[in-house]
Amino acid sequence: MNQLLSLAWRESRTARRRLLLYMSAILFGVAALVAIDSFAENLTRGVHEQARALLGGDVSLRSREKFQPKPTALLDSLNSSGIPVSRQVSFSSMALVPRTSGTRLVQVRAVSAGYPWYGTVETKPASAYADIQGDRRAVVDPAVLVSLDAHIGDTLSLGTGRFLITGTIESVPGDAGISAAIGPRVFIPEKYLDETGLLVFGSRAEYEALIKLPATLSPARFAGRFNPRLSSDRVRLRTVTENEMDMTQAITQMRDFLGVVGLVALLLGGIGVASGVHAFVMRKIDVVAILRCVGATSRQVLTIYVLQAIAMGLIGAGVGAMLGVAIQLSLPRVLKDFLPVDIDVRVVPSAVLTGLAIGIWVSLAFALRPLLALRLVSPLQALRRENDAEVMRRARRDPASLIVSLGIAASVLILGLSRADNAQRGFAYSGGIAVALGVLWLTAAFLTWAARRVVRPSWPFVLRQGLAALHRPGNQTRSVILALGFGVFLMSTLYQVQKNLLKQFDIKLEQSQANAVFLDVQEKQAPGVDSLLRGLPGVQVTQQVPIIPMRIYSINGVLVSTMLAGRARERGLAPSAPDSGAELPQRGKPGAQSGRRSPWALRREFRSTYRDTPVGSEVVTSGKFWTASDSGGVAQISVEKDLASELGVVVGDSMTWDIQGVRVPTRITSTREVNWARFEPNFFVVFQTRALAHAPKQFVFLANIPGARAVALAQRAVVQKFPNVSSLDLTSVQQTVKSVLGKVTVAVRFMAILSLTLGIPVLFSAVSATRRARLREGVLLKVLGATRRHIGRILLSEYVLLGALGALAGVGLSIGGAWALMHWVFDTPFTPALVPAAVVAVAMMTLSAVIGLLTSREVFASTPMEALRES
Amino acid sequence: MLTAESLTKEYRSGDRTLAVLKDVSFTIDQGAFVAIVGPSGSGKTTLLGLLAGLDEASRGRVVLDGADLSKLDEDQRARLRGEKVGFVFQSFQLIPTLTAQENVQVPLELRGDKGADERARELLARVGLKDRGHHFPTQLSGGEQQRVAIARAFSNDPRILFADEPTGNLDSDTGSRIVELLEQLNRESGSTVVLVTHDLALAARTQRVIRLADGAVIEDRLTA
Repeated sequence: MNQLLSLAWRESRTARRRLLLYMSAILFGVAALVAIDSFAENLTRGVHEQARALLGGDVSLRSREKFQPKPTALLDSLNSSGIPVSRQVSFSSMALVPRTSGTRLVQVRAVSAGYPWYGTVETKPASAYADIQGDRRAVVDPAVLVSLDAHIGDTLSLGTGRFLITGTIESVPGDAGISAAIGPRVFIPEKYLDETGLLVFGSRAEYEALIKLPATLSPARFAGRFNPRLSSDRVRLRTVTENEMDMTQAITQMRDFLGVVGLVALLLGGIGVASGVHAFVMRKIDVVAILRCVGATSRQVLTIYVLQAIAMGLIGAGVGAMLGVAIQLSLPRVLKDFLPVDIDVRVVPSAVLTGLAIGIWVSLAFALRPLLALRLVSPLQALRRENDAEVMRRARRDPASLIVSLGIAASVLILGLSRADNAQRGFAYSGGIAVALGVLWLTAAFLTWAARRVVRPSWPFVLRQGLAALHRPGNQTRSVILALGFGVFLMSTLYQVQKNLLKQFDIKLEQSQANAVFLDVQEKQAPGVDSLLRGLPGVQVTQQVPIIPMRIYSINGVLVSTMLAGRARERGLAPSAPDSGAELPQRGKPGAQSGRRSPWALRREFRSTYRDTPVGSEVVTSGKFWTASDSGGVAQISVEKDLASELGVVVGDSMTWDIQGVRVPTRITSTREVNWARFEPNFFVVFQTRALAHAPKQFVFLANIPGARAVALAQRAVVQKFPNVSSLDLTSVQQTVKSVLGKVTVAVRFMAILSLTLGIPVLFSAVSATRRARLREGVLLKVLGATRRHIGRILLSEYVLLGALGALAGVGLSIGGAWALMHWVFDTPFTPALVPAAVVAVAMMTLSAVIGLLTSREVFASTPMEALRES
Repeated sequence: MLTAESLTKEYRSGDRTLAVLKDVSFTIDQGAFVAIVGPSGSGKTTLLGLLAGLDEASRGRVVLDGADLSKLDEDQRARLRGEKVGFVFQSFQLIPTLTAQENVQVPLELRGDKGADERARELLARVGLKDRGHHFPTQLSGGEQQRVAIARAFSNDPRILFADEPTGNLDSDTGSRIVELLEQLNRESGSTVVLVTHDLALAARTQRVIRLADGAVIEDRLTA
């Protein structure tokens, strides 16, 4: 064995660099796996260590309305028994700085002393956050100061309240950095909240109470005792453990998803290794024949080359692992805006070792298949060289290569299983990977086949030559298309989705014919806001929509409270227990009806409107929308179709609503499909006008205001006169969405760019796999009268074609993938974005042409004389 | 038609200079059928390479159909080959990715000729492979491959055809038929044919034999 080892070492002398290049195909895959696993590990640890800071307390109670008397009593009793409770009320409002007249929509957080119990709100100056409790003070995100043209020391108006700005926010535990961009925060002391006069009828706010438990009382026990009571009062209880579990689960999902991408990349790298080693084998046939002549057994020959492959695989995987560590060290910087925790980046030995092991295994498994062919090289080859294709043909019929193929399939399965926590998911992963590789492979095979079919004799000679060259014996066309295609696929999918999301946004803005929205307009303020807006030059009020908050009281005569209680009882019973008395009568389609009514939908507050015509963003899917002249009988309503199925109701059912204590009986006469994405006020439930015309309500105004400056002026005019009215400049919202989307894609683009580089080593090895054939052809063409220019153009067309096919496969699949994402995830129509696709495609063709021509210098340099010598 | 003047080819090997061809001179007339013979290592292949402009001489010069090859660069020689020279090799040297028909078309297409496919069909018919045009080289026997190679060699109506051991990889029956084909094409098209071989029986069928040994011409005689 020792001799073989040293022979393997000496024999590799001329080929080390080349072998290393082939093995570098696995580099990206290993790097991706190591980076993803290490990062997920560090993130999970960060979440665990900062779990209490993430929630702010041991238990958090949240409600979308002021706490009901029972929860309030509970909190009071906790407080008096020495368990501290702190509170936060958060809502959106307009902020105004009188000195500069700047206005902006901000996220107000009114906090009581002690909030949060764990973690610190970091501010500049450092004491500013704690000090706000002392007086009417506010700390704000720096973005607030910038957009209001204000500085520390200015007075900030929120509604009718006045606060002194004493500091800026650096970070808030539990908030990702990006939240400042979405809605800049303003912290004020809760005790002065009432002075703002902002929380009025119909305002949307979230109320939170953070509880700090003594060490003797576990959050889980606390939750077990109070949760059932609280949920009937529409309070959501979360413990620190639940919060951590949810976050850990999200991290695991991210890790799993990215891990699949990494594994696919690794396996594609494996295919690249296989084609590189194939090329290597082709060059080694002569050497092996000589070794066999001088007495090497086929087993010894195989051992020599397997040893070389292992050594190079080790180096390739090692470099990949180092790259992975480097990537994960830089990830927190790329992702910092999205992470609610501070990450302490450490090298995770288990992730590095796993990456190394998988890398070596994949490189060996894929190298073995072509290496097996070396066993079949006969010593006679030394005397009389056979055709290369002949050797490979024999190798294909080798049963050992079938065994290796099965081994590769088994490895994919094992890799899938090893990354999942249960077998079912493991199979799903392996299946997913196999499908991804299969689709890529089929696309590559199809394009290769089609490229041969479409060629016409009338095409230019060099182009036809280039196409024919793709089918050269021993060609690696499909591997190259796979490798190039995968990178293009990731990159292009990203751009397709991003462009489409942004375009959706643009279209919506156009359709809405309004560029400013005024929210929370109270009933008595409506005429004033209306005349104020209309009085400004060029302003058009395009819609004025009434909104009435309400809850469901009963469905078909059964009280919501009874249904919820029934469900709670049922949960306590054995699963096979017969329907309790509270179960609803079942009619119509069994599928739709027998489903449980969602407690979320039963409990929630609805913000409904009334009108007598459907609007452009909705389509009636069943029943018939009433007309203004329908005046008799019970008031009619139209329910959004997804809500209808959540509630288990159909056209004809009766629903009674609780509107500020008044019961309003209604009958469902239609269901609608609503395009929620449109920039218009849309509603789950629409009432007939006569049912609600006299109910207490508030309004939303949509206005079209020419010019960004005029929008700001209108916003300011409204907020000065009506401090509780919030307004949105849709154009600036669009800017925000763009910048947030841009940041989100940076992280993913990072992966995509790395995967593009995957193609390079694969392309190199594919080119060298056919080196002999290529040289021979070049020489022959020269003998037949081809100039170097001819040769260059033929090579160029071959590589540009390769790049084009790779790009075509990637772009084609990405359009499919992006369509699927838009259709099923984002639920919006898809139009292929051709410009980015074309840019990626051209980049790919250039890359392929440059690498191809660089590696083909020999073909230019060779003299035609070699045609005679070779025979 | 083809003149070799004091052709010398030397290779440097370390600090020694090795002369593979020494001062070779002769003239071959248009339409002649000439064999260059000699044992292996006598410089046959080197001479052929120089005559066809595949390689450059150390000293001396080759004039091919009035063109002094020593005055042309590599690409100019390639163009000259495309127009005036045909080649047949021992190992056929067909391009494996192209069909028989496409292989025959290559020289014409490199020159940019119109009607290449028509001409290629005609040539394949002349070498008796009318129906095999769409086959790839691996689907053809050795004799058939060599016939495709001959059809290719004649596709550009060469003034001169070089054949390097054209029967070397074929059995004697097939080889004999290949030589007949070469003779026939030599007669019909008037192309000069220069055959390199170590097969004396084959050489005897030509009109003139130039014998090489150790890089020098030791005999140059007419056979008929």
